[in-house]
Amino acid sequence: MEEYTLLRQFADSWMLLVLFIFFVGIVIWVFRPGAGKEYKDTANIPFRHADAPAPLRGDDKPATSKEARQ
Amino acid sequence: MSNYIKLIVLGLITLFAAIATNYARDFAYQMHATLVMFITGGLFIWTLRNTDEPDILVDRSAEYMDDVIRYGVIATAFWGVVGFLAGTFIAFQLAFPALNFEWAQGYMNFGRLRPLHTSAVIFAFGGNALIATSFYVVQRTSAARLWGGNLAWFVFWGYQLFIVLAATGYLLGSTQSKEYAEPEWYIDLWLTIVWVAYLAVYLGTIIKRKEPHIYVANWFYLAFIVTVAMLHLVNNMTIPVSIWGSKSVIVWSGVQDAMIQWWYGHNAVGFFLTAGFLGMMYYFIPKQADRPIFSYKLSIIHFWALIFLYIWAGPHHLHYTALPDWASTLGMVFSVILWMPSWGGMINGLMTLSGAWDKLRTDPIIRMMVISVGFYGMSTFEGPMMSIRAVNSLSHYTDWTIGHVHSGALGWNGMITFGALYFLVPVLWKRERLYSLQMVSWHFWLATIGIVLYAASMWVTGIMEGLMWREVDANGFLVNSFADAVAAKFPMYVVRALGGVLFLAGAVIMCYNLWMTVRKAPAKEASLTVPVPAE
Repeated sequence: MEEYTLLRQFADSWMLLVLFIFFVGIVIWVFRPGAGKEYKDTANIPFRHADAPAPLRGDDKPATSKEARQ
Repeated sequence: MSNYIKLIVLGLITLFAAIATNYARDFAYQMHATLVMFITGGLFIWTLRNTDEPDILVDRSAEYMDDVIRYGVIATAFWGVVGFLAGTFIAFQLAFPALNFEWAQGYMNFGRLRPLHTSAVIFAFGGNALIATSFYVVQRTSAARLWGGNLAWFVFWGYQLFIVLAATGYLLGSTQSKEYAEPEWYIDLWLTIVWVAYLAVYLGTIIKRKEPHIYVANWFYLAFIVTVAMLHLVNNMTIPVSIWGSKSVIVWSGVQDAMIQWWYGHNAVGFFLTAGFLGMMYYFIPKQADRPIFSYKLSIIHFWALIFLYIWAGPHHLHYTALPDWASTLGMVFSVILWMPSWGGMINGLMTLSGAWDKLRTDPIIRMMVISVGFYGMSTFEGPMMSIRAVNSLSHYTDWTIGHVHSGALGWNGMITFGALYFLVPVLWKRERLYSLQMVSWHFWLATIGIVLYAASMWVTGIMEGLMWREVDANGFLVNSFADAVAAKFPMYVVRALGGVLFLAGAVIMCYNLWMTVRKAPAKEASLTVPVPAE
């Protein structure tokens, strides 16, 4: 079978199925039990740490810089 | 040590650019080689003067890297005005051909200025807005300083160099004639390097984030960065004719080349002008409205549906061409399905205001953001409709397409960017508020009326010329010549240009307002260099 026909056949069958199932899976996953509570917290991310980063913890590397312009 | 490597690289590039200036086969290439020679030569001297100086290391982990974003905001406003001015001028050129001045033929005629306008608004204005806001948003939502130190500066200045090379290249006739991908091979290579650095800064910051979850805005920004990289590489697979000249030849041929160009072209709309700007929407609307996004679940479904569908919509640019029917049907069907996630996103943005609709009356910035989402909804309804083959047979090659593009670009991209700039400037320069809210109101109305004039005149003229082109008499002969249609379009062209003047005037008022905010509005703190204490 030539390359084009082979790729077309693959795209029209298995790849289509994989992409479709992946998408449906995401929709189901979004509505999993307990998701609402978690997403409520995630949706509030923009309202935390608006002015400064979270303090360093444990083995975090400090962001040292020698830039003159700063 | 790293300075020595820098010196070697800069020295080699300067040398190469000097040789290229000498051997250059065309003027655009020669000018670019000279420009690069002076820039890298200057950087060489600057780096040399700072080599072996004692390093003063400062720990900046407790503050965000905002200075590069301040530069980005200024660049966005500047390129915005340049791009709108170019657009308004070429709109007048279409109405009054005498504006294609005889003394400037070959440099400032419509054909040379048109790509300058499109690239200035999409890549210079839009691109700088995306880079600046993405750097702002990724830091705040990751609770971490930008990764990579000065790499963010490289991204900013590298991108400005890309813009300058592309824009001057168009004026001097260096183009590969692919819409929205006009820059020639060496500019494409440079953009690739800058873009990889951008991806590294962005991903690096997300990887070292302090929030357990990646906020949805970052998903959209990341999709924009990754997809644009892929599109850019595939659509610019060119082989230069000579390393000393700007001309190159694309490896694709015929209908494959056309399909790849519009796969690129439409996804530039889908991922540059939509996904990236949706990242803006998902951060700045909740911030300005002071309430979280209406539905986080919807935002996740919006994201996946949008990126799964958009990538297939390109063939609708090639209806009734050599493209196989199945491909153009595929593009049409996916474009129509795309309507659903687009409106899902629009509803999500608008409903964020539920319970706070009164803010529309008092806050002109939120008004700007809301009308931007409204225009997003309108153009994502118009687009799928125009992609239907029967509608496209009327609308294609007419000014209706231009009107559609501008209601999306001026309405959605422009307005959300203005909203983000009005939000960002007081925050970044640590001012208590904007200089004048009344001026924001003026900007809002000038821009809105400008877009309405633009879109309405283009609907009229587009549908009119579409109908004139296809009109046949009883014997099957065409009734109108092409020039008849051009003559009939004159009044609408004038109205369109006036709409552009209003939009440009609004942007100039914005620049003045932002400038005065930095200069005159009451400051929150005495100096920018004083870091804000951690919470």
